[in-house]
Amino acid sequence: MATLVTIIVFILFLSAILTGGYNKELMDRFRSHWLWDWITTVDHKKIGIMYGIGGGFFFILGGIEALLIRTQLFYPNNDFIVGRAFNELLTMHGTTMIFFVAMPLLFALMNMIVPLQIGARDVAFPFLNAMGLWFFIAGGILMNLSWLFGNAPDAGWTNYVPIAANEYSAGTGIDYYVLGLQISGFGTLMSGINFLATIINMRTEGMSFLRMPLFTWTSFISSALILFGFPPLTAGLFLIMFERLFGANFFDVAAGGNPIIWEHLFWIFGHPEVYIVVLPAFGIMSEVISTFSKKRLFGYTSMVFATILIGFLGFMVWAHHMFTVGMGPVANSIFAIATMTIAVPTGIKVFNWLFTMWGGKIRFTTAMLYAVGFIPTFVMGGVTGVMLSTPPGDYQYHDSYFVVAHFHYVLIGGTVFGILAGFYYWWPKIFGYKLNEKLGKWNFWLFFIGFHLTFLIQHFIGLFGMPRRVFTYQPEDGLTLINQISTVGAYMMAVATILFVVNVIYSYRHRVPVGNDPWDGRTLEWSIPSPAPFYNFAQLPKVRALDAFWHEKMKGNKEMEPAEPLGPIHMPSNNHLPIVIVLGFFISGLGFVFRSNEVGALGLIFAFLMMFVRSFEKDHGYHVETDEVEKVEKGVKA
Amino acid sequence: MTGCEEPDRTVFSPKGEAGEGSLDVIMLSIYIMTFVVAVVLAIFIYVLIRYRQKPGDNSIPKQVEGSMKLEMLWTVIPIILLAILAVPTLTHTFSLAEEAPKDEDPLRVKVTAHQYWWEFEYPDLGIKTAQQLHIPTDEKVYLELTSDDVIHAFWVPELAGKQDLNPGSTNKMWIDADEPGTYEGRCAELCGAGHALMNFQVVAQEKEDFDKWVEKRKNPSSEPKTAEQKAGKEVFTQNCMSCHAIDGTQMKTKGEKAPNLTGFAERNKIAGLLENNDENLEKWMKHPEQVKPGTYMPSFDFLSDEDMDNLKAYLQSLE
Ligand code: HEC
Ligand SMILES: [Cu+2]
Repeated sequence: MATLVTIIVFILFLSAILTGGYNKELMDRFRSHWLWDWITTVDHKKIGIMYGIGGGFFFILGGIEALLIRTQLFYPNNDFIVGRAFNELLTMHGTTMIFFVAMPLLFALMNMIVPLQIGARDVAFPFLNAMGLWFFIAGGILMNLSWLFGNAPDAGWTNYVPIAANEYSAGTGIDYYVLGLQISGFGTLMSGINFLATIINMRTEGMSFLRMPLFTWTSFISSALILFGFPPLTAGLFLIMFERLFGANFFDVAAGGNPIIWEHLFWIFGHPEVYIVVLPAFGIMSEVISTFSKKRLFGYTSMVFATILIGFLGFMVWAHHMFTVGMGPVANSIFAIATMTIAVPTGIKVFNWLFTMWGGKIRFTTAMLYAVGFIPTFVMGGVTGVMLSTPPGDYQYHDSYFVVAHFHYVLIGGTVFGILAGFYYWWPKIFGYKLNEKLGKWNFWLFFIGFHLTFLIQHFIGLFGMPRRVFTYQPEDGLTLINQISTVGAYMMAVATILFVVNVIYSYRHRVPVGNDPWDGRTLEWSIPSPAPFYNFAQLPKVRALDAFWHEKMKGNKEMEPAEPLGPIHMPSNNHLPIVIVLGFFISGLGFVFRSNEVGALGLIFAFLMMFVRSFEKDHGYHVETDEVEKVEKGVKA
Repeated sequence: MTGCEEPDRTVFSPKGEAGEGSLDVIMLSIYIMTFVVAVVLAIFIYVLIRYRQKPGDNSIPKQVEGSMKLEMLWTVIPIILLAILAVPTLTHTFSLAEEAPKDEDPLRVKVTAHQYWWEFEYPDLGIKTAQQLHIPTDEKVYLELTSDDVIHAFWVPELAGKQDLNPGSTNKMWIDADEPGTYEGRCAELCGAGHALMNFQVVAQEKEDFDKWVEKRKNPSSEPKTAEQKAGKEVFTQNCMSCHAIDGTQMKTKGEKAPNLTGFAERNKIAGLLENNDENLEKWMKHPEQVKPGTYMPSFDFLSDEDMDNLKAYLQSLE
């Protein structure tokens, strides 16, 4: 019965959309609303902003989950949140932070900045770009709906089988994980391909590969890692989906399956994933450090090759997450040595950053503080990484709080510090005003101190025998005080995060417009007005050196030399199909979660139908006429 | 930190060769890494102090492209450091994976993990126990690890690093203790709701004490002696036998779904977790779910006080 109703509602919905039905006036009202403009946008800057809002929202959710976890661990045998509920929290915290915070916030910055840095007017596939955004939002919402309907996934972000199988995780929790990640994964893959195409094809005249800013470079490599890293995850998720929903057997030992297959698939994706989220942060740091030291990046070429090498080696080392699985000493040794080698290119980067500052004129803006704070923090995460690469050591560290400490040093000390530095640095370019520096410094110091308070001590919690993912410990374990210190640190980070939100609001209220180049920048994005006009460059610039804009400034030029005469600019037009297509996938995902295969199938059919519609759409974009460009340019100059 | 905050199972105080093997590598890596961090920090702090922009100084620093020499330096030195670390890493990786020698007759224990408890079987001695693994000191004990349900991991920080227990396959490791004592162990792989409390102990004894223990396990005293205990055994046969086995009695049970309770009175913990006394035993039997979320042991709060007392008397007589 329920299915029948759903199907009918669905068909009505479908025909309404297809016929453009409803009431014409209502549609017009919709269309002229500013929200409609955002929902249908294909402008990379707006998409970037929406990635930022989405990622920020999930950051707060994931942060609350972290606080609940740390609160439960405040004293031994606390009964605040125990058992399955605790497992749900830690699963959702990890999954949210990786897939719905780190990835989208980096996509936010990549979207906002990469086209500007290479002198492009948009990305290669603006339509796909919008779709990637909506896939991320749909996946994130789907996954978090699990809190409202029944139970959340509870098998850890690694979702190992058999605990993720129906038999051991009753209910639909894991289904939300599988379908939520599958959906957001489509988006990630699309965005990855899009950035590869953009960076390869849309560079302006003179912007050769070895003149690309480091952030663009790292985004490029990161996108390549997405291209090769996400398919194994997709495949693995399909296997689990078929096992859970349609009774297939891939992992069930009793039926001849093997649970270790999932571990391999997951980590073949999972290890590159670490580099996917940390490489762009390296890029941001390189830009920020170079700008605020007023020096060109030391060893630019070796930085580029180190990035490529890290990306390449990133695929060779996944099994170091599995030293205790029982692969035998030979396999363990090979993966140990492979892992150690990654330390070399990473070390090169660290020293290059240090020597970029050496001999420079360092300005301690908030962005620079984050970049500077990042160096020792990330080095700590790096050296514990080398420690973890030794199997005999790893037998002790593995699945203990030592590992928790290690990856938070890398993911917060690397990725989150990078993202925050990036926001402070590029905020004026996107919004036309700076974030408040005074609040920013408070934000940095609280976050920095809170972070080390939380995680430095967790190395010892692990070495003193506390496994990760446990909801409690015993009073006689002697772990109480150190856990309490860690919890206090976590609350400090929460205060720092609130301060960041306050800063965003405060800075908006008290905004002071800035010019093109508020930081004395070096790269192309600083040569155009802030905020960047919707067409980015009135005339595409001609690049004559690394640090193109700095090069011109040093020659006494105020602007880039144009590579083309002023003329009409071709722009892609807005489109509502991205969100509509994704809606189909979302409905399908929800249908499968509720084990209603009809709805699941209908959602897919709807999505494919909409793709079909898109294929026949005549979408040639539109032109911005020369006089309008001139008007806009004058407007910002005045 | 005060005395009560002594951690009770750190990897820094190994009580056996396997733990020492791991610690060797850990310490070497800590030394090397401390050196690396120190070098970075030294340059870092120097740079931050020395090259701050002074107020009013608007000059533009020299734009340096790089330096081949320096870059070679920080490529080669890390490689050397890593090579130094790699040597003991590899030797210990292999020595920790050593298998039971074929010609001798070492002690072997089959460890089977269940959602949230541990089963220890000595195939060569014909005994089975649970939650507490007894081993003789100064002798390598070879473990064969497997799981009955999901993936677990066996971790006794003071004795050795961890090893996963996978359903459907067997992993091997060895442990040894050079001092008698009780060492705390933990399940280290997320295995469900009760994961945090899947604790166990390794009891290391001098060889002769261990042999005595083995003798006792082979000839357990499981028959009730007093009237109370007899009544308790009745209650047990009616309620518990479908899951639990007790050797050395006439009970017909395979009892493979739950810990073997032979010699229960000698265990110092209940369910690997609570101190073994009457009060806790009653708490466990009445509300196991409150002690260990997700456990498969059902609640027996419906038993009369008398039955409960008899049951406790019987269980605490099992030696
Ligand atoms: C449905 C099967 C089942 C039944 C019936 C059952 N138990 Fe259990 N029992 C278990 C399981 C499973 C455990 C292991 C719990 C854990 O540690 O997670 C256990 C653990 C125990 C322990 C702790 C064992 C140890 O080695 O520390 C005791 C004592 C115990 N049960 C007593 C009883 C008694 C007495 C009864 C009957 C009144 C009973 N059980 C009935 C399944 C059962
Ligand atoms: Cu376990």
